[in-house]
Amino acid sequence: MAVKLLLDKAHVEGIRTYEVYRREGGYRSVEKALKQMSPDAVTEEVKKSGLRGRGGAGFPAGMKWSFLAKPEGIPRHLVCNADESEPGTFKDRYLMEFLPHLLIEGLIVASYALGSNATYIYIRGEYAWIPDILEHAIEEAKANGFLGKNILGTGFDCEIYVQRGAGAYICGEETALIESLEGKRGNPRIKPPFPAVKGVWDRPTVVNNVETLAAVVPIINMGGEEYAKIGVGKSTGTKLISACGNINKPGVYEIDMTISVEEFIYSDEYCGGIANGKRLKACIPGGSSVPILPANLLLKTAKGETRYMNYESLSDGGFATGSMMGSGGFIVLDEDQCVVKNTYTLARFYRHESCGQCSPCREGTGWMEKILKKIDSGKGSKSDIDLLWDIQRKIEGNTICPLGDAAAWPVAAAIRHFRDEFEWHVNNPQECLTRNYGLAHYADPRPVAV
Amino acid sequence: MAEEKKLFKVTIDNITVDVEPGTTILNAARLIGGEVAPPAMCYYSKLKGSGGKCRTCLVEVAAGSTADPRPMPKLVASCRTTVMDGMIVKNITSERVIDARNGVVEFLLLNHPLDCPVCDQAGECHLQDLSYEHGKEGTRYEFNRRTFKKHDLGEYIQLHMTRCILCYRCVFTADQLTNKREHGVLDRGDHSEIATFIEKSLHNDFIGNVIDVCPVGALTDKTFRFKNRVWFTKPMDAHRDCPKCSGEVQLWMRGEEVYRVTARKDEWGEVKDTTDGKPGWICNECRFEKKEARDWVIEGPSHIDRHSVISQGHYEKLVTPKDTLPEVMGGRPPKLIMDIHDVSEVNRPEIKLSEIEGPAHSDDFNQ
Repeated sequence: MAVKLLLDKAHVEGIRTYEVYRREGGYRSVEKALKQMSPDAVTEEVKKSGLRGRGGAGFPAGMKWSFLAKPEGIPRHLVCNADESEPGTFKDRYLMEFLPHLLIEGLIVASYALGSNATYIYIRGEYAWIPDILEHAIEEAKANGFLGKNILGTGFDCEIYVQRGAGAYICGEETALIESLEGKRGNPRIKPPFPAVKGVWDRPTVVNNVETLAAVVPIINMGGEEYAKIGVGKSTGTKLISACGNINKPGVYEIDMTISVEEFIYSDEYCGGIANGKRLKACIPGGSSVPILPANLLLKTAKGETRYMNYESLSDGGFATGSMMGSGGFIVLDEDQCVVKNTYTLARFYRHESCGQCSPCREGTGWMEKILKKIDSGKGSKSDIDLLWDIQRKIEGNTICPLGDAAAWPVAAAIRHFRDEFEWHVNNPQECLTRNYGLAHYADPRPVAV
Repeated sequence: MAEEKKLFKVTIDNITVDVEPGTTILNAARLIGGEVAPPAMCYYSKLKGSGGKCRTCLVEVAAGSTADPRPMPKLVASCRTTVMDGMIVKNITSERVIDARNGVVEFLLLNHPLDCPVCDQAGECHLQDLSYEHGKEGTRYEFNRRTFKKHDLGEYIQLHMTRCILCYRCVFTADQLTNKREHGVLDRGDHSEIATFIEKSLHNDFIGNVIDVCPVGALTDKTFRFKNRVWFTKPMDAHRDCPKCSGEVQLWMRGEEVYRVTARKDEWGEVKDTTDGKPGWICNECRFEKKEARDWVIEGPSHIDRHSVISQGHYEKLVTPKDTLPEVMGGRPPKLIMDIHDVSEVNRPEIKLSEIEGPAHSDDFNQ
C-alpha cells in the first residue's frame, strides 16, 4: 500500500466538519508552526521538503516563497489558485470538496510563513457548490480560534477570503488570476514584474496551487527531511493524479511517484486497466496542455527504460519523445479514439479560452482549430498538416503567457507522434468519417490478453 | 554631491548605445533609429501600460548583461523589457526574430479585411507598413474572416472592429486622458471586441485622440471619412489659441480647404510633444470643428518622411543652397579647366557660319 499523506483521512465519516477533522489530528501543523517555529523556519522546512508546485509547472514551492519581496510596511498576500480548469484535471475539486479543512490548515501555515494577513482562495466559477463548503470550513476554523485575530494567542492575524471566478481557463494563469481577483478583466500581465514583487494590488504575492498548499500540512507535521524521503529524486512527496478516459476506475489517486506508468494504468489499486478489454493507444499524462504520448513511448522511454509517474521520468526525452507531469490530469485513450478529433477538441478549447490579448495566441488558436476541423471532417489536404505544424511553431514561445504554449504543445505532439493518422484522414476522406484509424505502429506493446 | 548617473551600455544589432537605466530595449533601439528599431503596433510611449501585446517587437537577447551573460531562452517583447548593462540584443540580425515577426504579421493579417482601397487609414497605416516590410505576399488562411458591424462612438468617431488588431491603445487613451473608464474590451479570444458598454457614445473633450493612436483604420474620423485620400492632401503645421489644448495641430489641406485636423506625429507615428514639452493631444473642438483655413495660423508644410506615400504630391519650402561655389572652393573663383575651342578641329574660326546658306555641312569645313 502506497503512502498517503493528503487523502489518508478522506474516507473518514464527517471529515468535512471541524470536530471530526480535529479529532483525526487536524490543525496540528498550525499549532506546531505558529507556536514553535519562526516564519522563516517554516519556509526553510518547505524548501527542505523539495515540494514542487502542483499546478503544472513544477517550480519548487519553497524557492517561490523565498523569492517573495518583503518591503517594510507593505502587506503581503498569499493567493490559493483553485481555478482548476485544465481539461482532465479534477484533483483540487476532490481536495476542497472532501477535505476543506486540510486546505484551510495549509493556508494558515503558509500565510504565517509568508506574513500574509489576508489570504485569498480564487476558485473557478464552475465549482459553484464548493465556495459554500470552504466558507463553512473557514467559519468553523474561525470559531475555534485558528483564524481571525491573534491566532492561538501568538499575535498572528489571518483572514481567508473565498473569491469566485467567472469561469475562464485563463484565470488559472497567476497574473490573470490576480487581475481577476482585483476585479478587472482576466488578462495576464506582462512579466516582469513578477507577482513576488508586484502582485495583488501591486503588493508582493505568492500564488500557489491547492494541492501545493495542502501538502504543506504533512511537511510541517513530519518535517521537511522526512517528506523528502518519500518519492524519488526531485519528485518528492505524494502527488494527486486525476485519472480519466477509457479506464476501468477513473478517479483521484494519491501516488508516491515511485510507481511506473504501466502499474498506474493496469494495477487494480489504481486505474484498473483499459475499459472494455480494449488496448491502450495513447495518453495525455498531465492535463490537456502537455504533449500526448503514444502507448509505446508512454510505457517505456525512448531509451527503453521503464517510465515512472514522476516529474523527471515523464519528461524524459524532452518534447521529442517525452511529455510532462503537468497538473496530474491523466487522460487515457483506447484504440477506438481518434487522435485528430481529440486534438481538434483541445484546439477548440484553447481557441475559446484565449484571452485575446496577444496576436499569436488570439489568431493562431482559431486558425489551428479551423484547420483541425477541416482535417477531421475529411476535407483536409497534406499541406494542411505542415501548415498546422508551422502555426504551432510560431505561437509557441512568442506569447505573453503560457496559454499559447499550452495550445501549441498538444497539436505539435499529435502531429509528431500521429502524423500517419493525420495523413490517413487526408487520404481517406470518406472512410475517416465512418471509422477510426486504430492502433498502427504505436500499438500497445503489452501482450494481448487471452 | 550626487553621484553621476551610470549609463547602461547596450548593443543592438552590433551598434552600441548608452542609455539610462530603466530604458526599454525598444526605446534604446529608437535612439539608434533606422531599421534597428523594432516595429511596434501596440506600444505607445505616451500611454502608460501599453505594449507587450502585438508581439511584433520581439527581439532576441543574446546576452542578458555583463554580470550574467546568459542568453534569454525566449524572444522578448522589446517594448516591455528593460535593458541591463552589457546586454546584447539581436533584432534584424537574428533569423529567429525575422521568422517570428513574419509569423506575427501573418497572424495580424489573418482576420484583417485588407480593404485598404476603401480604408481611410491607407497611406498612414502602420499595419500596411509592417506587412510591406515583414509580411508575405500571399495568405495561407482559407477560411472566412471575422467581421463585425460598424459602430458609432459618438458624433465624430466610427469604430470598425473588423479592421482592429486589438492593440488596446485606444483603451489606454480613453482611460488615461479622460477621467473615467468608458472604453474597454468585451469578450475574449479572436472574437473579443473594443466597445463602449453598451454602445454608449463617447462624450469627452479629448476622446478624438483615440483616432490618432489607432495604428489601423478601426477608429476613423467621421468628418473625414471618404472625403479624400491622405496622399492627395498636404499636411501643414498650424496652431490656434485653444483654451482646452495646446492648439498645435497638423492640417491636412487640399488647396485652401482643410480636410482633416490631427495631432502632430513624430517619426514613430506617435503624437509629438508640444513646444512646451507636453504630449500634444488635441481637443475635439480643434479636431472636428475648426475646418476652415481662417481658423488657423498656418506655419508651413510639415516635414514628411520621404519614404511615406504622403510625401508624394507634397511641396516643402524651397531650399536654397547654403554654400556658394566660391565658399566651397575656399575663396578661389571657379577656373576654366579646358576650353573646348582650343582643341576642336571641327571648329575652324576662319569659316563664318553666318555666311553659309542653309544648314552647315561637312563639305563647308573641308574646303
